[in-house]
Amino acid sequence: MDINKIREDFPILSEQVYNRPLVYFDNAATTQKPWPVIHCLEEGYRRHNANVHRGIHFLSQTATEAHEAARARVRDFLHAASAEEIVFTRGTTESVNLVAFSFGETFCREGDEIVVTVMEHHSNIVPWQMLCERRKMHLKVVPMNDRGELLLEEYEKLLTPRTRLVAVAHVSNVLGTVNPVGEMIAAAHRRGIPVFVDGAQAVPHLKVDVQALDADFYAFSAHKVYGPTGLGVLYGKKRWLEQMQPYQGGGEMIDQVRFEKTTYNALPYKFEAGTPDFIGTTALAAALDFVETLGMDCIAEYESQLLHYTEERLSALPGLKIYGQAAHKSAVVSFRMGDIHPYDTGLLLDKLGVAVRTGHHCAQPLMERLGIDSCVRASLSFYNTREETDILCAALERIRKMF
Amino acid sequence: MMSINEVQEDIVASFAELEDWMDKYQLLIDMGNDLKPLDEQYKKPQYLIEGCQSRVWLYARYEKESGLVFYEAESDTVIVKGLVCLLLKVLSGRTPDEILNADLFFIERIGLKEHLSPTRSNGLLSMIKQIRSYAQVFKLQA
Repeated sequence: MDINKIREDFPILSEQVYNRPLVYFDNAATTQKPWPVIHCLEEGYRRHNANVHRGIHFLSQTATEAHEAARARVRDFLHAASAEEIVFTRGTTESVNLVAFSFGETFCREGDEIVVTVMEHHSNIVPWQMLCERRKMHLKVVPMNDRGELLLEEYEKLLTPRTRLVAVAHVSNVLGTVNPVGEMIAAAHRRGIPVFVDGAQAVPHLKVDVQALDADFYAFSAHKVYGPTGLGVLYGKKRWLEQMQPYQGGGEMIDQVRFEKTTYNALPYKFEAGTPDFIGTTALAAALDFVETLGMDCIAEYESQLLHYTEERLSALPGLKIYGQAAHKSAVVSFRMGDIHPYDTGLLLDKLGVAVRTGHHCAQPLMERLGIDSCVRASLSFYNTREETDILCAALERIRKMF
Repeated sequence: MMSINEVQEDIVASFAELEDWMDKYQLLIDMGNDLKPLDEQYKKPQYLIEGCQSRVWLYARYEKESGLVFYEAESDTVIVKGLVCLLLKVLSGRTPDEILNADLFFIERIGLKEHLSPTRSNGLLSMIKQIRSYAQVFKLQA
C-alpha cells in the first residue's frame, strides 16, 4: 500500500494543531473521512435529496434507489444472506439497544440469563443490564486472563439452559484483543443459544463474514469505518428478526395503521421507524467501497505491522506498561507511563500534536479487572505511519522528563 | 496582603513570559508537584469531586476570628494539581464575600480556559462551584 498516496485522500490529515502536524491516533473513537465519502455527502444534499420510500417523483425514486443500493452494499460487505437482514440504526449502541429490547421482549423471561464478557464497552453491558432489570434476569460475565484473552472454558461453564443470549465484542476497544467469536458462537449454538457480536472495533480492521461466523446478530458503526457519523448497522438473521417485536414505532415501520390494531412492515423496515439517514447510508457505501478497494486483507496486514512496530517502540520506553497482550490483537495500544496520570500524558501529547484518548474508554468493569482507573490509548489506522509512531514516542520521552 | 486581582495579575505575568505551551505546562507541573499533599483524613468521599478523567479532593475551613475561609485541595493528576494550586493562591484565606464576588480572569488570560470547559470533565469546574458553595455556607454562619 502506498500510504502517502492514501493519506492524500484524507484532507484532515494535512491539518495542523498548535502549529504542529496532526498525528491522529484516536481511530478507535472515530476515523477520518476520505474524499469519496465527503463528496458523496455533498452530492447527496446538492443533487439527490428527497425522502425515500414514499415519493412518486423522480428525486425520491433516485434517493430510494441509492439508499437501497447502500443496504445491498452493506449486505455484500458483511456477506449476509439477504438485504432484509441489514437494519440501519444510529450506531452500534442503538443496534445493541434494539436487540436488547426487541429480542428481550420476545424471548426473555424471569430467571433467564444473558452472558457478556468482562472486556465489553458500556454499550454492550448497560442495555443488557436494563433488560435484566426489566425482566428480573441475571447477567453472567466471562472472565479473561492477564494478557486480555477470554477464558473459553469458563465461558462454556456459563452457558446454561437458562442462557437466552451471548453478547460479545469481536475486538476489544481497549485491549485490542480479537476474540475467537467463531468458536464462541459454535459453543453457544451447540446449546441452541444465539450470539450478538459487537463488531464496532472489528469492521474497520478485518474482513467480517457473518455467515462464516454464523453470528445471529452483528453490529457496527459507520463512523468507525471511515463513513459518516450518526449511522450504524445491525445485521440479524432473518429467523430472529422476523419473530422479534419492533423496537420503535412510527413511520416506515408500519404496514396498516388503524386505531384498533396496527400491522407492521416487512423486514428490515419493521425496525426502521422514521426517516432514515438516506444520505448517510450512501456515504457509508462509499466508505465500504474505499476500504474494499484498498483490500481488507492488505489493511489488516499493514496495520498488524504498524501495531508491532508501535508496541516494540513503546515498550522500550522506561516505565511504560502496555495493557492487552493477546496473541491475536488488532490495531490498539493502551498504556500507562510510570506514575504519570493518563490525563496528564494525553493532555501534553495533544499539545505536541498527537491525538490519543485517555480515561476509562467506556469500559469501567475492564479497568477494574486491570486494576487501573484509566489509561492512554493509541489506536491506529492504515493511514498512520511509522514516522507518526516515532513522533508519539519522542513526545512521550519529552513528557516523561517533565515530571 | 495582595488582593485577589493582584494575585491573579501576578500569575498572569509569570505565565506571560512563557510562549511555548510546553513551558506553560512545565510551570503548572512544577507547581503541582510542589502542592502540599492533602491530609489523608480529607481524602474521603465526602471531600471528593469526581471528574470523568481526574479527581479532586477539596477541604474548606472557616476561621471565625479572622472571618477568612481556608481551602486545601489535591488531585490525582499533576496538571490539575497545578491548576488547583493556582486557584488556592487566589481564593484561599479570603472572606466569603471576596470569594463569592471574585472574577476569575486569570485562567482565561494564561490560556488555560479549556480546562474549565464542561466537556473537559477534570473536576476543575466543579471544584470552583464547590469553593463558592463553601463560601456561601460560611457567609451564612458568619
